[in-house]
Amino acid sequence: MAHLRVRGLGKAYKRYPRKWGRLAEWLGLGRQHHLTWILRDVTFDVSAGEAVGIVGANGAGKSTLLKLITGTVRPTAGAFEAGGRIAALLELGIGFHQEFTGRENVRMSGHILGIPAARIDELMEDIEAFAEIGDYIDQPVRTYSTGMQVRLAFSVATAVRPDILLVDEALSVGDTYFQHKSFDRIRSFREQGTTLLFVSHSPGAVKTLCDRAILLDHGKLLRDDLPDAVLDYYNALVAAQRAEYEVWQSSRAPGRTVTRSGTAEATIESVELLVSGRASRTLCSGDAAVVRVAIAAHASIPALTAGILFRDRLGNDVFGTNTFHLGASPSSVASGEPLTVDFSFPRVALGAGSYSITIALHLGDEHTHANFDWWDRALVFEVMPGSGPVTIGVCSLAVEASWHTQPSATWSAVSRSPQ
Amino acid sequence: MPSLPLFRTSLLRECWAYRGFILASVKRDFVSRYLGTNLGFFWAIAQPLAMILIYTLVLAEIMKPALPGQSSRFAYSIYLCAGIVLWQLFSDLLNRCVGIFVHNASLLKKANLPKLAFPVVAMLSALSNFAIIFALFAAFVAAIGAFPSASIVAMVPVVLLVAALALGLGILLGTLNVFYRDVEQSTAILLQFWFWLTPIVYPGRALPGFAAELLAWNPLWPIVGFAQTIFLEDRIPRWSTLAYPAAVALAFMLLGWLAFRRLSGEIVDEL
Repeated sequence: MAHLRVRGLGKAYKRYPRKWGRLAEWLGLGRQHHLTWILRDVTFDVSAGEAVGIVGANGAGKSTLLKLITGTVRPTAGAFEAGGRIAALLELGIGFHQEFTGRENVRMSGHILGIPAARIDELMEDIEAFAEIGDYIDQPVRTYSTGMQVRLAFSVATAVRPDILLVDEALSVGDTYFQHKSFDRIRSFREQGTTLLFVSHSPGAVKTLCDRAILLDHGKLLRDDLPDAVLDYYNALVAAQRAEYEVWQSSRAPGRTVTRSGTAEATIESVELLVSGRASRTLCSGDAAVVRVAIAAHASIPALTAGILFRDRLGNDVFGTNTFHLGASPSSVASGEPLTVDFSFPRVALGAGSYSITIALHLGDEHTHANFDWWDRALVFEVMPGSGPVTIGVCSLAVEASWHTQPSATWSAVSRSPQ
Repeated sequence: MPSLPLFRTSLLRECWAYRGFILASVKRDFVSRYLGTNLGFFWAIAQPLAMILIYTLVLAEIMKPALPGQSSRFAYSIYLCAGIVLWQLFSDLLNRCVGIFVHNASLLKKANLPKLAFPVVAMLSALSNFAIIFALFAAFVAAIGAFPSASIVAMVPVVLLVAALALGLGILLGTLNVFYRDVEQSTAILLQFWFWLTPIVYPGRALPGFAAELLAWNPLWPIVGFAQTIFLEDRIPRWSTLAYPAAVALAFMLLGWLAFRRLSGEIVDEL
């Protein structure tokens, strides 16, 4: 049975404060290093066929944990026991050589993965079919687009179903179509009994794919529970850290790597996303939420307008409006008056994914009149799939489907093919 | 530090399990170097050929008196080639080994391959390159009717000894190079000195006394001299002359192995 048993696993790196410290140590001059623990005392079990998500912030030790179980990195403490063949999708296309053809690189990848050459030749047809790169298979890889390389690399890496599969989120590359295809393959491995260990920053993916989740924080295992419980805990943790971060930040100049521009008669002091009254950076599709903007006026302004704009991960505008159009602009604002404006959304109908909020303060209906403050990506948040049906895309439309024995007139008119 | 056994046979088993990877890597190493060139394989031999040509043209006449008892006008060429083919093997393999872990960093970090497979790839690649150059040299010697008799068989242990020296020293330096990258830089310089401190271009007996005494520490001299005697005089010299190089090779192998065994766990951490 392909279980995974991890006991007290830890990894520390040696740090030598002095450049020649290591050499001195080799020469027997005593210990010159100190240990920096990246992962410490991690214990958990994954039973055969189970899918476990690993979540945590950057530097929490997620990738290190995967590398330890893969066997490339040697543990400093503890041990693990695996009940079957482990395959790791840590990085695609390791060992791909640009000058060789796709077919030659597939063979090489097979060798690296420990698949016998004869077996790879048997699988070649499947690998080609899954990658969907057509005749390019016999062209040098340097002529491929990045997407094609990724497709071929994923195809060969998953050609043989492993007993235990370790997946790093770095995998969510390529176009949406292939992302889905690769997700389907991982899902089908699961259905056939592969034990899965899945690292992700994206709460949505963990929720849909995993039976359980593990939260790592600063190299320690904080929670091991159902995905919902662990993700909630993680969100609270992130929110708490962000609050601290902003306190720290306000004591300094507010010059982050975001674009801010304006004449500063009025300035945006803070932007907060409130879910159930609590500051949060995540919400579920369809949840109610409030975007609270704190404003400071430094001059008397006749008709101050606050605008809000949601953008998706790629920077496309998803939704935007302002208090002018909402008929909610104050008639006049006195200098020095602290203000707060709440944009309340009874139902955030955004699809799962990452979004940013841009806030602007200006005069009248458009920011071209007088722009006081424009804060790009003032806040980034994550939308997780809601309790509703599975959907894709940036918006989550209210929808119902019904079947009828008689096709509707317009439908049949459109679909009838000319004879 | 837990005590480690000096050697685990499972290491060899792991390498054997990855023989497909090893052979494919050797092939890829060979093919990739000439991929996209028009003359392809020719470039594999062009460099040593040019070297031999230059030294022959420049030095053949000057060196003739230094090789007494040799009537053939090709004597110096044979002397030179016998040394250079072995030197090529030595420096090629040493250079490969020194960069072996650093240059394969991404594979070592991301794929679970036995680390020892890499020196094996280096050795097989270097030996196959050597085989080509040696075959050319043998063809040349045969063409001028100077091919040695049965004494040629003695070249087998000579080649193995050169490979062992380079491999042992190479793994030692290659492991250290992960932690101190200066090693790779200094090796290039070391090799230049080493070449001229080995009687390859010039005959050993041309050396003044103090230099000969100093160069006696060079383990490559007896090996190269052994090969030169085989090809020039068609006789096998006393085997005992190889005792010192063999001892050095053994010491390098042991040192290299100890360094690798002690540090192999840290190699990936440091890359």
